[in-house]
Amino acid sequence: MDIRLSTSDGVPVYRQIANQVKYLVASGRLQPGQELPAIRTLAETLVINPNTVIHAYAELEKDGVVVRRHGSGTYIAETALSQPAKTAAESLTPKIDSLLADSMHLNLDLNDLLRILLERHAILKSSKKE
Amino acid sequence: MNTDGIIIRIEGVTRRYASKLALDNVSLSIPQGIVLGLVGANGAGKTTLIKHILGLLRAQTGSVRVLGEDPVKNPVAVLSRLGYLSEDRDLPPWMSVSELLRYSRAFRVDWDDAYAEELRHKFQLQGSSLVRNLSKGELAKAGLIVALAHKPDLLVLDEPSSGLDPIVRREMLEAVVRSVAEQGRTVLFSSHLLDEIVRVSDQVAMMAHGRILVHGPLNEVLESHRRMVIRINSRKTKPSEFPGALSVSGGPDEWTVICNGNRNDFVACLHKMGGEVLEESEATFDEIFHARVNQASGPVERNR
Repeated sequence: MDIRLSTSDGVPVYRQIANQVKYLVASGRLQPGQELPAIRTLAETLVINPNTVIHAYAELEKDGVVVRRHGSGTYIAETALSQPAKTAAESLTPKIDSLLADSMHLNLDLNDLLRILLERHAILKSSKKE
Repeated sequence: MNTDGIIIRIEGVTRRYASKLALDNVSLSIPQGIVLGLVGANGAGKTTLIKHILGLLRAQTGSVRVLGEDPVKNPVAVLSRLGYLSEDRDLPPWMSVSELLRYSRAFRVDWDDAYAEELRHKFQLQGSSLVRNLSKGELAKAGLIVALAHKPDLLVLDEPSSGLDPIVRREMLEAVVRSVAEQGRTVLFSSHLLDEIVRVSDQVAMMAHGRILVHGPLNEVLESHRRMVIRINSRKTKPSEFPGALSVSGGPDEWTVICNGNRNDFVACLHKMGGEVLEESEATFDEIFHARVNQASGPVERNR
């Protein structure tokens, strides 16, 4: 699982993990039923306090993204993709913000940006069908 | 042990060195199973506080209880269940690593040979190497094995990674993270490397001028502070006087304010004064620390 932390960010580490798992689910890189790393394993890989991983998994469980099975582990929920649109959208906010900031620097207005988004969407869609 | 779940309880401790106030009425409680990150600049009082916890200094005022005991009156009870790594390591230079471990074991009833060996392998330390020939990183690792091998209830790390390269720092931190996963261990971790603090702490305490400025769960500290970039004509008003403003920089029209408390009160006040918010985000731990220390050091606008 590809998680990248930034400790020079004001976002608490548990929320960074939760947001990135949501993003990995939304983008299809984590599939329903897939198992997440054990708490100790992820804590050691990321070199963080295990309590932080527990906190992150609890948040994800609360939001319906993962299910925890006693004595077994943590899995992406079968219903993870149908999580309320608001939570899904929230996990994209940082990316959208940085996209907007970049386009402002490049003097692209919102219409330009929307046009590019639609173009990319069409390209990805047609490449998926093949 | 009768601790009521509080492993370290410090109440109203003041310490004076000649004319310098090293600790100014410090109170701090650390519950069991918590990693507390203690942050402060050099000279903030962190090491003086740790010396009180180890029983090396007697409290001039107030009281110190560690694992339910007074560490000055009952050092054996406290030190047998405590592991300590100091910034200056102080290990006997003439011993080999194996001798160092055998020697340390003699003082520790609960010393776990298998665990000590496991750590020594993980850290790639040769048993036959002399302490005097160890590199800085190897010294720190040897010190950490000595602090951990009796599986202490309380682990005290005073600037454990000071002067170490990033690779050794990571190895040390990994060992600490692994040791935290073992049930019930309480860790006091002092560092001026804010990255480490953010990684491993459940709770944080910020120190400056012998005082604890903030103490609480790390997530709450992060979530209760904001960074606002505002525009306001400063000839009319001072942003430093807005509710919750801790530190203010920039000007004369655009300001960056680190604030805590109710965000809406701040914004309402700003609007009333004819200003506007240009940007709002979470404050980083670094920004919060500097804002708090700055505020404790005097007028918030001294950077102007």
